[in-house]
Amino acid sequence: MAEFIDLVLLAMLAITALRVIFLKDLFAVVMLFGIYSFLSALIFVNLDAVDVAFTEASVGAGISTVLMLGTLALTGRTEKKSPHSSILPLFVVLVTGGALIYGTLDMPPFGHADNPVHEHVAPRYIEQSPTEVGLPNMVTSVLASYRGFDTLGETVVVFSAMVGVLSLLGVVRREEGDTPESGLVSHQVLHVVAKLIIPLIILFALYVQFHGDFGPGGGFQAGVIAAAAFILYALVFGLPKAFAVVEPKVLQWMASFGVLLYASVGLFSMYKGGNFLDYNMLAANPLSGQHYGIIIIELGVGITVFAVMLSIFYAFGSQAERSNVQ
Amino acid sequence: MNFILDYYNYWIVVFLMMSGFYIVISANNLVKKIVGLNIFQTSVFMLYISMGKVSGGSAPIVAEGITQYSNPLPHVLILTAIVVGVATTAVGLSLVVRIKRAYGTVEENEFENKDDAI
Repeated sequence: MAEFIDLVLLAMLAITALRVIFLKDLFAVVMLFGIYSFLSALIFVNLDAVDVAFTEASVGAGISTVLMLGTLALTGRTEKKSPHSSILPLFVVLVTGGALIYGTLDMPPFGHADNPVHEHVAPRYIEQSPTEVGLPNMVTSVLASYRGFDTLGETVVVFSAMVGVLSLLGVVRREEGDTPESGLVSHQVLHVVAKLIIPLIILFALYVQFHGDFGPGGGFQAGVIAAAAFILYALVFGLPKAFAVVEPKVLQWMASFGVLLYASVGLFSMYKGGNFLDYNMLAANPLSGQHYGIIIIELGVGITVFAVMLSIFYAFGSQAERSNVQ
Repeated sequence: MNFILDYYNYWIVVFLMMSGFYIVISANNLVKKIVGLNIFQTSVFMLYISMGKVSGGSAPIVAEGITQYSNPLPHVLILTAIVVGVATTAVGLSLVVRIKRAYGTVEENEFENKDDAI
């Protein structure tokens, strides 16, 4: 049954991608991309990657779509016809694709338990992590403890992406007087519904943040979901009101605080005589040390991801409002 | 039939990857190119997760009565890659916005003659 679901969902994914190629209406392209992300999330669930599915659903279908729509608002929604013929790109793609298909025939068959991928470090993670780290969710154990170094690097990349976006676009602050009409002022139903669900989204984000050790979830997903709550607020009630709730400046502080919190856990464990990010040193009992370490660094990741996603949205949103004024 | 089931995921991955690649090299509009880049990126995610799957396995969260888990390592790599992916997409989109401001267009063929516009 699982194979059948896999067959159908992947076919739907392929059809969606094919449709994107021929569409000239970019609004429809972005919407299809949202559908594409949701389909990928479903496939990830079917392939047992629940944490990944969670992230893809909130990031791909949520944040990416909003950012692309924000860009379209500034650049226009139709693609013009290219004067170049599409024969050469098609040829290149077909040749590369053919070579790759030929390459897949040497891959180990899908789903076999004795494939090379499952031989190297994976058995250690699966068998030892519940006793060494003490968490039921192996993905969190590997993410935060075994590969904590890697995750620190990724958090820094997310942080530097925010620096990049802000230095390219910047958040434009306007004087009180000349704020344009923003938000969906005349939509009473949206106002009421948004007020009802925003607290629930934030509550859910907190649950994902702190329950990530035991079930699917963690700092990355929680940060994105919490940012989605504030983005919804900004979309419905307008950017100036969102700025009043969370200042762009505060977000920049929060983003750096999250990264520093993560790194300081590493430094603290060095101070205690261990290696960088060696959580065993954080408490007398190695297992509780692992727990403290993972909770703190997940919190750092959550704060950084939240602040970065929201300030990127602020940057795009204030651009769009500025062009509305002009 | 077994042969197809064994390689179906990889073939779809190649198809998606090539669709994304085609959009990147043939699309005229920069926003659409970024959508293509994202499709390409998701196909790589799909490849990793497909490799981590074990038939009859379960999600890698310890539960009673389960002996076979799927491989958690690709999940970790891809989970962080998705978040990094959206962050880099945002940088790409803000470059598009700046290009629009400098050249007045995001269609590739239209700014060929505007080299000195910046």
